[in-house]
Parts: sequence; C-alpha cells; structure tokens
Amino acid sequence: MHSSWWLTALLLLPLAGVLGVSLTRSRPERARRVALVSVGVEFALSVVVALLYNAHVAQASTWDFGVRWVVSAPLGLAYDVALDGISLALVLLSTLVALVAMLSDRAPRREPAYLAWQLLALDFTVGAFVAHDLLLFFIFFELVLVPSYFMVAQWGGPSARRAAMKFFLYTFVGSAPALVAVIYLGFLHQHEVGGNLSFNYSALSSTVMTSSQAVWIFVGLALAFAIKAPLWPLHSWSPSTYGEAPVAAGAQLAATLSKLGTYGLLRFALALTPLAVKSVTPVVLVLSVIAIVYGSLVAATSRDLRRLAVFSSVAQMGFITLGIFSGSQIGVTGAVVLMVVHGITTLGLFVLIGALERRRGSARLDDVRGLQGAVPVLSGFVTVVAFATIGVPGLGGFVGEFLILLGAFGVHPAYAAVATLGTVGAAVYWLWAYQRAFHGPLSENATGMADASPTERALLWPVVALVVALGVVPAPLLSRVAPSVQQIVAHVTPTGVSR
Amino acid sequence: MTHAALVTLLAPLVGFLVLVTLRRDASERLVGSVATGAITLSFLAALVTWVGLLHRSSREVTVTLFGWLSTGSLHAPVALLVDPLSVTMMLFVTGVSALIHLYSTGYMQGERDFRKFFAYLNLFVFSMLVLVMADNLVMTFVGWEGVGVCSYWLVAYYFDRDSAASAGKKAFIYNRVGDLGLLIAMFILFSHHTGLGYLQIATSASTHLSGTAATWVVLALLLGASGKSAQIPLFNWLPDAMEGPTPVSALIHAATMVTAGVYLLVRMAPVLALSGSGRTTIAVVGALTAFVAATIATSQKDIKKVLAFSTISQIGYMVLAVGVGAYGAAIFLMVAHAFFKALLFLGSGSVIHSLHGEQDLRKMGALAAVLPWTYPTFLVGWLAISGLPPFAGFFAKGAVLTGAYAHNKTLWALGVVTAVLTAYYMTRLFVLTFRGRARYRDTLDAEPHESPAVMVAPLVVLAVAATFAGALDLPWSHQHTLDTFITSTVGVSASTIGVSGTGQWTLALIDVVVALLGLLAAFSLWRSSTARPALEPRFLERVWYWDDLYDRGLGRPLTRVAEETTRVDDVVVDRVVEGVAGRVSASAAGLKKVQTGLVRHYALGMTLGVSLIVVYLVARVG
Repeated sequence: MHSSWWLTALLLLPLAGVLGVSLTRSRPERARRVALVSVGVEFALSVVVALLYNAHVAQASTWDFGVRWVVSAPLGLAYDVALDGISLALVLLSTLVALVAMLSDRAPRREPAYLAWQLLALDFTVGAFVAHDLLLFFIFFELVLVPSYFMVAQWGGPSARRAAMKFFLYTFVGSAPALVAVIYLGFLHQHEVGGNLSFNYSALSSTVMTSSQAVWIFVGLALAFAIKAPLWPLHSWSPSTYGEAPVAAGAQLAATLSKLGTYGLLRFALALTPLAVKSVTPVVLVLSVIAIVYGSLVAATSRDLRRLAVFSSVAQMGFITLGIFSGSQIGVTGAVVLMVVHGITTLGLFVLIGALERRRGSARLDDVRGLQGAVPVLSGFVTVVAFATIGVPGLGGFVGEFLILLGAFGVHPAYAAVATLGTVGAAVYWLWAYQRAFHGPLSENATGMADASPTERALLWPVVALVVALGVVPAPLLSRVAPSVQQIVAHVTPTGVSR
Repeated sequence: MTHAALVTLLAPLVGFLVLVTLRRDASERLVGSVATGAITLSFLAALVTWVGLLHRSSREVTVTLFGWLSTGSLHAPVALLVDPLSVTMMLFVTGVSALIHLYSTGYMQGERDFRKFFAYLNLFVFSMLVLVMADNLVMTFVGWEGVGVCSYWLVAYYFDRDSAASAGKKAFIYNRVGDLGLLIAMFILFSHHTGLGYLQIATSASTHLSGTAATWVVLALLLGASGKSAQIPLFNWLPDAMEGPTPVSALIHAATMVTAGVYLLVRMAPVLALSGSGRTTIAVVGALTAFVAATIATSQKDIKKVLAFSTISQIGYMVLAVGVGAYGAAIFLMVAHAFFKALLFLGSGSVIHSLHGEQDLRKMGALAAVLPWTYPTFLVGWLAISGLPPFAGFFAKGAVLTGAYAHNKTLWALGVVTAVLTAYYMTRLFVLTFRGRARYRDTLDAEPHESPAVMVAPLVVLAVAATFAGALDLPWSHQHTLDTFITSTVGVSASTIGVSGTGQWTLALIDVVVALLGLLAAFSLWRSSTARPALEPRFLERVWYWDDLYDRGLGRPLTRVAEETTRVDDVVVDRVVEGVAGRVSASAAGLKKVQTGLVRHYALGMTLGVSLIVVYLVARVG
C-alpha cells in the first residue's frame, strides 16, 4: 500500500463501520459484531501504522504518511493529513480506548445508534490527531461534539440531558473565538504570502505576526482547547457530564477526547504563536499549579469513583499543561507521555466504574465497606490504576510526571516545586478513597459480590500490562515522541532547547 | 561476579512472579519454600558477589542492563553499581530477609492470603535490592517507592481492621512527603548538570554545585531520609506501622527499609561533603530524634510500640553518625542493628504468638520459664541493644558516639543520655515480659507454648550474629574491617576520628557505665511493678503530642480547605454556569423548557452546519 493511503484508511474504516451498523440495525447483535470488528481492525491498523512509522521519509523529518489534497482553494479547505510521533501516540491511544470501551459495554440494550456514535467519535478523534491543517483539525475537533452529545444525552443517567446540555453549551461557547482565531490566522498568512487561503500546518507555523496578534490568536485557540481538556477553571462541565455519561462514552470522552484539548494546546495554540509564549506562559503555569492543587483537594472529598475520576483528571491535566508550557524538551515529552498514560489509566478506571455499577448500581464509595475482601481481583486492578495516577515508579504515570517536573524545574523552579506537592495530593485522595470503600470490615451489601469476570479480566489485564510496560520500557514511546517534541520546542524557544 | 549480582537482584523478583502465578490452592509448604528459597538464593549470590568484589582491584563495577529514561540530556539507565557500600547492604538485607522469610512460614501459618503475604514480601526484597544496587538516583527512587508500596500493602495486611488500613495509608503518605525531598534533590542536581548517576555525581559535584545549591540538595535529601527512616519531623508513622504482622515489622520497619534513608545519605556523601551546615543539620536531627524517641519508648505499654520507638531512636544514632561524617560507623550500626532489632522483633513475635496475640506488657511476665528458646535469644538482643560488651551494640554505638565526641560535645552528651534511656526502656521491656509474676494467667486461659522450630532457628542465628557482629569493626583493628571496606567506596571519606587511644578507652568506659546505670535503674523500678504513672507521663505516652499537633495544625485545616473548595466548586457549577442558562427565563417553571429548547437549537445548528460541510465535500468530490 502506498504510504499516503494509511491514514485515509484509518479514517474510512470507522465510517465503513457506521455504514455496516446502519445496514444491520434491525439485528442489534449483528450490529454490535460489525461495530466491534471495525474497531478491532482499526486498532490493528493503527498498530501497523505505528510499526511502519518513519519508514517512508528521510530520517530528518518527523512527519510521515502525508497526503495533501485541496478541496476548495478559495476557502482554504484541504484534506491534509500526516503523522508525527505525538499524533501517532494519540492515534494508538484513541483506537485502543475505543476498542476496550466498546468491549466493556455489556449493557443488554445497546441500540445500533449508540454504536454508530461511538464509531463516529473515534473517527473524528483520529481525524483531529492526524490533521496537518488547522482548519481540518478544527472541523474534526468540532465534529466530535456531536457524537459526544448524543451518547451522553440519550444513553446517560437520569439527569443526562441536562448534563449534556451544559457540556454542549460550554464547548460551543469556547469554539466561537477559536473559529475566529483560525480564520484570522489564515488571513494573516494569506496577507503575507499572497495567493489562496491556506491552513496548512507547516505554512502557518512560519506566519509573521506581532506579539499582540500572537497573544490574541493564542487566547482564541487556547480557550476552546482549555475547555475540552478541561483546564481549571473551565472544568465545571465535566462533573455532571462524566457523572451521567454511559461508561463506554465516559471512557472515550475522558481518555481521548480530553486529549484533543491538550494536543490542540501543544500542536496549535503553542506552536503557531511562538511570540505569545513569553507573555502567556506565566498565566498557564499559574492555572496549571492551581489545577493540580485544586483537583487534588476536591478529589479528596469525593464520595463517588466517577467524581474522583473527574477531579483526578483536573489535577492530571494541570501536570500536562505544566509540561507543555515548561519550555523544556524533557517537560513537553513528559506531557505527551502523561497524556497517553492518563488515557490508559482513565480507560481502566471507567471499565472498573462500569464493573462496580453493574454489581451495585453505582460507583459510590461511601455506602459500602471492605470490598477488597469480597472482590480481591477487582480491588487489585483499582490499586494499579491508583498507583499509576499517584506516580509510583515502575508504572507509566511516573515517567510522565517525573519528566514534566524535571524539565519544568530547570526553567521554572518555583512552579515545579509547588506542582511536586501534587504527587502527595494524588496519594492522599486515592488512598483515602480506597480505604473508604475497599478496606474495613465487609459490609452486608458487598457480601457475596462476584469478583472480576473473565471478560473483565481480559479487558483489564492489557491495561495493567500497558501501564507497567510504559513504566519499565518507555523507550519505544520516548524515541518516537521526543524528536517531534524537539521540533516544536525548537520552533517555540529557539534558545535553550537542550533541556 | 556481575552474574552473581544479577542473580541477587532477580531471584526475589522471580520468586514474586512464581508466587502470583501459583494456583490459588497451592499448599502453604510450597508457597513458603518458593519464597524462602528465592531469598536464600539471593543471599548466596550476594556472598559470591562480595567475594568477587574482594578479589578485584577496582572496587566499582557498573552493570548496565538497558536504557530506561533517556530523553534530551537525561540519561537514567537501569544499571547496577556494585561497590563496597552496596555489597554490604546486599549481604545483610538478603541475609536477614531469608531468616525472616523462614520465620514467617511458621508465624503466618493458617492466615488468610498466605500466598499474597509472601508475594509481597518477595517483592519487597526485590525493591529493597533495587534501592541499594541502583547506580543512579532515579533508579534508587524506583526501589525507594517500591518498598513504600510493599510496606503499605503489608501494614494494611489485615485490611478489614480500620486501624491497620489507616496505618498503611499514614505510612505511605508520610513517606510520600519525604519523597518530595528526594525528587527535589534530583531536580536541583539535574539543573546543575551533575548528572544523576552516583559515580557522575561523585566526580562532578564539587565543580558543578555551589555551596548554597549543595545545602539545598542536602536538606532535600534529609527530608527524604526523614520520611523513609522515620526521623523528626516525619517519624510518627512508624509506631502505627506496627499494625502489620510482626515479621513485617522486623523486616521492613526495623532491619531494612527504614535504614534506606541512612544509606541514601551515605551514598550521597560527595554532596554532603560540600555543605557543612547541611551536615550539621543532619547531625542535630539525628541526635534529637534519637533522644525524643528514646524518651517515648520508656512509657509505651505495647511491646511492639516500645521496639518501634527504639528503632526510631537507633536510626537517629545512625543519622547522627552520618552528620558527623562517621559513615563507617553509621553502616556498622545499621548492620548490627539489623541483627539485634530483627532478633528482638522476632522474639516479641514469638512472645505474642505464645500468648495468642497479646501485645500489652502489663499482661505478660514470667515468660522465661515457658519460652526456653525465645528467652535466652531475647536476652542476647536486650544486652546487645543496651550497649554492653561484648555484644554488637556496644561496639557499633561506641563507634557512633566516638565520632560524635570528636565533632561536637553537645551532640555526644545527648547521645550518652539517650544511651542511658535505651538501656532503661529495654530493661523495662525485658523485665515486664520475662520476669516477675505470670500476669498473663489473669487474662489467658491456655498455657503459653514455645514457637515451632522454623521460628526458633532464625532467633538462634540472629542471636549469634548479634553477639559477634561487633567483630566486624573492632576499634583496635580499624585497618582491616567494615569501616575500611565502606570508606573505600567512591566519595565516602574515612572519618577523622581525632580521639586518642586513651580517649577511646575512656569513652568506652563511659558507655558501659551509662548502660549499667539505665539497666539497674529499670531493674529496681520495674521488678515488682507494672505501672508507674510518674514515670509514664501522658506527654510521653502521647508521643510528645506530635500526632495531635499534625492533626490540629495540618490534617483538620486541610480537610476544611478541601471541603470549602468542593463547596465553591459546586457553587461555580450550579449557580454561575447554569445560571447563565437559567437567566434566560425568570420563572422556575419555564426553566426546563428553555434549557431543552436551547440544546435543540444548538444541536440543530451544529447538525446543519456539519451537514453543509459534508454536502459540500461530497459535491466537490462528486
């Protein structure tokens, strides 16, 4: 296969799955099989792409599998996709999450429409990660909202509609300035070089602008991304959305869609506006540090595993944005690693939430005790997720956090030092939550509860294996991500990139 | 030799992996043999490594296994550093661990999760070996946190007991606070381009680090050490950790893990050398901890709590030794302490075992008659820790106090007072347990019994070790002993004793006299009494109110802040954001309609927009 077809295949396959699902919609079991097969093949395809990555291009380039096809020259609309190390990591994450999330969702009444939305969400996410064009990225970024909204609103908990509405409103409001910023940047570029409008990533990244223009563009873009991540204080849509979302959708949203936000911050908001970096960095760093402390504090009071997942994520996003804006190659690399690891642990956490909810009707932590005695294997999985989030070395979370803090400390020691406190915070909220429900004398409502089923084990073991593998042998990930990160960091801060 | 080092490290890991994959119904005998066998193999390999190292001219052997964290200018491989210091650690860690594993096969008989217990124990030994064998700080940190995780699991082993669960959590969080220090130390070193490998640091520290930077690194390391090694201000997790099974207390919370902080400080001697104020701080923290913990130990009623505070106090001595530059003495006491404290803990375990779980000293007494093996071995441990010749504690503590005397007379005096207290509280414990009236008869119906052979044998071996370990470093043969061996480690300079021969004899005499003083005082006071309120003031029993202080000063305010933050978050969510939508309608009844209306409009708009794009695309393609 010609190298340019791989990404197109990745983007067409889920759409074919949607078509298949809609053709078999009268027979839900078959529709489910069709959906699973297409996600499975999609995952396999992304693994092949990962293995082939960088086989087609000169060693100096970090971009591979590039295709550019102008759809409308006057509008600057182009199908322009390519893959670098950062995109690659996130594409792999997206396909894995979609596969496990879909497999874990064993609710008997899963209408084909739900499966179709899942496939579309995957498709648009992958599209956003491989877009090598700002406008194309933005289209995918916005499109993701549609399947997310419907999955939450129609298949969620009792107040799902209300939650989905809030999610929608929030994201939509954030997108408006982003669209303005995208177009503004496109015109700036056109004004400079003449010819047709173009949103090509490489072309835009060399656009000449004043620092105040840069700051405005940054703010416009960053707002939309910060909401998606979510970055404190724009997180307030997430407790209700993740509280109500069906498990598979929650996993997909929290594990991968949130990465659209952090990815957007790194790839576009930061990299396209080098002149804004100096003035916006302190603001972002302050917000990041607040997010870490604030997220940890609220997570410590949570009485429900879903709520814990939300605020733990707020804190983790704080680490990620700290890394992205650390101005250090090591720090940014750590941020990408943590994006991947957070995705995997969040996936595991949502599978576990699903397992608990199937057994007890909720993932509450305050109305049950001694679960470790009743379900030791499930408890063991919870422990691994917890320790990965706490940042225990040997697990993937440590690699991300350590690199972020090490890199950030060299440039912004004060911020990094405060953020290091967050590593204690995670231990506090996780061990506290664990003790609340899993330790202690076995309560009556947990007696006789069934431990992890073979399916659950089959889904959770790979998650554990990945978390351990990323902690022990991070080299395959680091070696693909670091060169791409280095390009961005060199572009943004031409001096002092060695760290 | 490199192969032997690898076997030392990997045998416990293999043991762990075998145990977790073993069938659920595997017999206790099989589980015990696998676990104990793995550690014994590890010990034998450590011996081979040691002999191999002795026969080499170069005393630093680096074994690189694979690149681990390498990106940018950071290079942290998975690599081992085999040198005199790490070999000494490997030997006593694996040796004591093997004995405690054997003991546990008897002690834990019939317990739920027998297999899990030994899996954790093997994983612990592996982590501990990673900690001491790593050739760089980042990898040491892996072991450092690994032992912390195993400690959490093992302290909270009886997880259905809330006190045990809380103790495990407390241990982990206190350690985590200390770990901040280790992280920050690494960050500072890295930002000064010293590298994070120990050999690199030893060569580059003096040129790359300013005095101020070195002081910050030393203070950060001290914070790390005070977490792991239970020193002021982070010492009060260790007494709670006694909630774990007694072999765990012996292995993790007495002999090995809690000495990791001392090991780290010795390992970082090249940086310590650059900061006089940092070293002084270390010495003061050590001496104070030794004293404070010893005072508390005099008033505790639980046999394991006395031993826990005793451990804190003894590690305080080691930290004091590091602070005054007597690195050899610190390691000497660490090894000797591993023997006699493991012996005392295992002995107390045997006592508790024989009394069916009783840990209260007031409900023991006269056990000498019924425990023919535990009694004499415990006696050896008691004399050794009290500092009487010819037992190991006399020589080891003597070396520390001599070092302190040469450095600072005040710290030495504090050390001597602590020595009196040590002999006193240990004698109190000994008398209350083994002498006097058989008070256990008031509460216990059954007759106490001696423990099985697998538990007694380790006691005997440790008693022998505690008797003769002093020979590792006799003061009159300083040239060919542990001290010389350790100080041939890169960057660990020999302490300049600066005390004359006569001076040393005088100091030794003082040590003996104060030990006898404490011993006789305790004998006369506790021979016929079980409670002396005047000598057990509430202030001491409540651990100088440290826990209450943290609870009032940190725990409760932080909880309140967390609750407030949560409330603010809820307000932001509920009032501000939903208010934006809500303000569209003034009436509560109309609210719902408007909200759903809004969503519909947005969804419709979005779908329309998307459809337009799709139609446009299709049109273009078509």
